[in-house]
This record gives sequence, structure tokens and C-alpha cells, in this order.
Amino acid sequence: MEPIISVRGLTTRFGTTVVHKDLALDVTRGEVLGVVGASGSGKSVLLRTIVGLLKPSAGQITVLGTDVVTAGTAELYAVQSRWGVMFQDGALFSSLTVRENVAAPMRERLGIDPATCAALADLRISMVGLAPSAADLFPSQLSGGMRKRAGLARALALDPEILFLDEPTAGLDPIGASEFDALIIALQKALGLTVFLVTHDLDTLHATCDRIAVLAEKRVLVTGTMADMQRVDDAWVHAYFHGPRAHAAHMEGAR
Amino acid sequence: MTLRLVGPVTLANLIETRAQLSGRANVIDLAGVTALDTAGAWLLISSRAKLTGASTAQAVLLATVTAAMPAASTPGKRPKSWSLTAVLEDLGRRVTAAGVGLLDAIGFFGEVVAKLANTALHPSRLRLTALVSHMYQAGLAAVPIVALMGFMIGIVLAFQGESQLRQFGAEVFVVDLIAISILRELGILLTAVIVAGRSASAYTASIGSMKMREEIDAMRTLGLDPVELLVLPRVLALVILLPILGFIASSAGLVGGGLMAWIQLGITPGMFRTQLLTNTGVSDLLVGLSKAPVFAVIIGVVGCYQGMQVKGDAESLGSRTSRSVVLAIFLVIVVDAAFSIFFAILGV
Repeated sequence: MEPIISVRGLTTRFGTTVVHKDLALDVTRGEVLGVVGASGSGKSVLLRTIVGLLKPSAGQITVLGTDVVTAGTAELYAVQSRWGVMFQDGALFSSLTVRENVAAPMRERLGIDPATCAALADLRISMVGLAPSAADLFPSQLSGGMRKRAGLARALALDPEILFLDEPTAGLDPIGASEFDALIIALQKALGLTVFLVTHDLDTLHATCDRIAVLAEKRVLVTGTMADMQRVDDAWVHAYFHGPRAHAAHMEGAR
Repeated sequence: MTLRLVGPVTLANLIETRAQLSGRANVIDLAGVTALDTAGAWLLISSRAKLTGASTAQAVLLATVTAAMPAASTPGKRPKSWSLTAVLEDLGRRVTAAGVGLLDAIGFFGEVVAKLANTALHPSRLRLTALVSHMYQAGLAAVPIVALMGFMIGIVLAFQGESQLRQFGAEVFVVDLIAISILRELGILLTAVIVAGRSASAYTASIGSMKMREEIDAMRTLGLDPVELLVLPRVLALVILLPILGFIASSAGLVGGGLMAWIQLGITPGMFRTQLLTNTGVSDLLVGLSKAPVFAVIIGVVGCYQGMQVKGDAESLGSRTSRSVVLAIFLVIVVDAAFSIFFAILGV
């Protein structure tokens, strides 16, 4: 099957620091891919490069058939409405209410009347499990977990095919985090989404991911299912998936 | 009556699909639907028709959206009412908020004064590095703009004074006009206005963004006092440097005025000096400069106070920054007027 995201020979440099060197990665349609790696291994940089926020020094990135590195403004604009990005802390527009935040992409992109935009925004807000009363609040009035949900609602606003999530469960309590995992799975199943997920959370990896890509030594070291990860012969991967936290997560996953 | 939908039912063609649904169909057949997304599902469900022929994936999607359908659309923000009670309530809230804000500001000023006194008793607590850095940013870096402003004001005064005084044949008094107005009033007042624009805004923005990133809270938990660490060095830097900036602006003003008087009226620098010495004294300069520390405290405290009031969002940082500049300039002018009356009564 044709990959929906294909990264080839990606090299990213900040000054003299090389973050990625000759990195290759494929994501197939309909899968949930979890990207893990040590802090500073360039997971978020990879995500930002794929969605076109950072220009790589070299390499080719094809998303939904569009080469995002060389694409012109119009091409990029067209492909942008087919993916949704949720940033780590929601990155909501602080001067707009939650409803206006979620309605903003629809209002700007499609010529839909304001009442329909608001109704669709309310649907998104309810789908991500926020109370209807939250719709009229401003981002500064929300808790961290609510901001993440609102950010997810905005990422879903345009009914995207690909969802990019940057640390979706970081900073949530375990109950909120597992609810968020369940929410992502439910949405992914119902909408047939492809999910690109950057995370540190082993529970999230267990619960949601079909495949895991390990970022180390400036490239994708290995990809595979959770079971494959247990057998990888690499010190870091072994420490990551066999550490004390991993055992706890695994026990829960097996239960 | 059954409506057969064909093709995609998605956000992109929501409007066309809605037009198709506008007939009173009570059964919708989805067998021909090639693509369905949440927006399409929402439209189908809100049409309240019976849906048939959905594929498995579409049925899952429809079930998810049905479960998430918000209860009858809640009205948004309550529209602003203009009844008498509502207006009175609004007025009352504003008055109370203004009163509370004033008390808060006075409290903050008191805290700054108390910390200043404490620092005077224990000079070792003064953050010398921060003080010097702020003196450089608020003071030294402002010298070019302040000097240029003074020079220009001198030129303007010479021009305007000359055209008025020529009617009485009293052109030579242009020197007095320039000297008195610049030394007593304009030099320091306009310097304060410029510094308020430069530094009050910078103070609000820097302290405000520290507030937003919880740096101020972090200081408090570490037992560090944000007033002592952030506010005092900034206010003190202005108190030390505003008189110097005022002096530079006044000197530049005299140079500008003198130059224009020479070109325009033929008053040589020598004549300018003689005229200057006969009718103005050091007291005029001192009257002007004595206001500088007060202006400096106003600018510094307003800038820092507004920074401390910033809430979590970017909007409030912007509104506080603009408020800090407007308020600082306004208070400087009010206090300058009060000084004028005070000096008139004293007869200085």
C-alpha cells in the first residue's frame, strides 16, 4: 500500500548541530504510529519538519502525494486542510473562546455560514469530551487537560486524514491520560484517521500504537510493533522498553 | 419518501448536500455515499431522517457522532443588555473595579517604597548587576534619541519665538524664551515622555512575559522577592538616569536654539551666552531637574505594576503594555502641572 507519509534522506541542521541525518520513515494509511526517543533526539523537530514548519537541510518529505519541502504556497495550503496538528500545550489562540478556536479553521478555509461553523465546532468539542459549558471559555480559563482536548478539537475541525499529535498525554493525570488514549483510538477507528504520535508515555504506546518508530543516533533506528520492540538488540531501546516504568505499563497492557 | 445520496458527503460539499436534504425526505439511503466525515454525519443526523444502507465504517462513524451530538445548540454569550439596571450594574462594577485597582496600585507603590527603604538600610541587598544593565538599557541607549529630541525642540522654539517677538522688535528675548522653557519645563517633560514610551513599555512587557511563564511564581517559591529583584533595579535605574537624560536634553535644546538664533537672527554664540547669563540662573535648571526623580518613579512603578498585572494570555500582555505607556505619560503630565502650581506658590 502506498505510504501516506514518506520521508527519505532527511537531514536537519541547526547551525552546526545535526538533529537528523539521512532519516527515512514511512507511515501507511490508517495506522497509528508512535515516535519515541530520548529527550532532544528530535521527535518534535521531525513532526514540525513533516508539517512544513521547519525547512530541512536536505531530503524529501511526501505527505498525501505532496512534496512539502518543495511545494509552493498554494500546494501547501491545499494539503494543510487534509491534516490536523495538535501542539503540546494546545496552542490555542488566546483571544478567542474555545468554540471560536475550533470554528476558526472552518471559518477561514470554507465559506460556511457562522451558525453551521458554531454547530460543527460544538460537535467537535463534544466529541473530544469537553463539557458544552467549556465552549464559551477562553484558553487562559482552561486546565491543562482541557487545553489539550480543545487543541485536539481544533485539529479535527477540518475532518483531516492525518492527525499529528505532539505529546498528547504529557502533563495529564493517569485517568485523564488513559481517557485521552481511548479518545484517540475511538476517533481513529470512527474517522479512519492516520495518526502520527510523538510521545514519552509507554502506556499510550501500549494502548494506541499499531507501530512504533524509535528515533536515535539521528535517524529512525528501528520500527515495529510493541512486541518487536521487546526483541530489539539495542541498549537504549532495551532500557526504554524494559525499564521499571515499562514493566508497569506492560503489566497493565497485558491485564 | 426516500432520498438516495450519491458521492461524497463531507465538509467540503456540506452546502450542496444540505440543499439536497432540504426536501422533506424521511429516509435517506447512504448506499451510494463514497465518503463520509464527521461534518457530513452531523448533517445527516441533524436532518432527523432515518438512515439506511450505511457501510460498517460509516455506521461506526454515525454512531460516534450521534453519541457526541451536543444537546440543542446552547446559545452563546449572553447579548449585552441595555436596560437601566444592567447599565447601572455595569457602572457599579467599573467603579468598584477602578477603586480596587487604585488601592492595589497604591499598595504596590507602598511595597516598592518599603523595599527601597529596606535596601537603603542594607545596601548589600541591591542587585548591582541588574541595576547597571537597566541603567544601560533605559539610560545610555536613550541618549541619542533624547539629545536629538532636545535639539529639535530648541530649533522649533527659536523659530516660533522669533516670528512672534519680531513684531515687538524684541528678537533678542528669544534667548530667554528658549532657555526658560527648555530648562524649566520642556527638556525634562519631553525626556520623561520619551522614556515612558521606551522604558515603561519595556518593563511591562518583560515582567509581564515572566509572569506568563510563571517565572514570578518560581521566584516566590524560592523565597526570592520579585519586587526586590525585578522592580527596584528598574525603578532605581530610572531615578539615577532620568535627571542625566533631562540634562542632556536641555543642553541639546540650548544648542539647537542657539544655532537657530544665530542663523535666523544673527545672535552670535557670544551674545547668546551673555543674554543667557543675565536672565537665567542655575535655579532654572534645578527647578527642571528636581522633577526628574519623581517622573522616574512614576514611569518605573507604573511600568512594573502593569507588568505584574498581566494574566495568562497574550491579549492581556498587549493591553497592559499600552495601558502602562498611556498611564505613565498621563501621570507625568498631571504631576508636572502640580509642580508648576507648587513652584508658582513658592515663587521659585
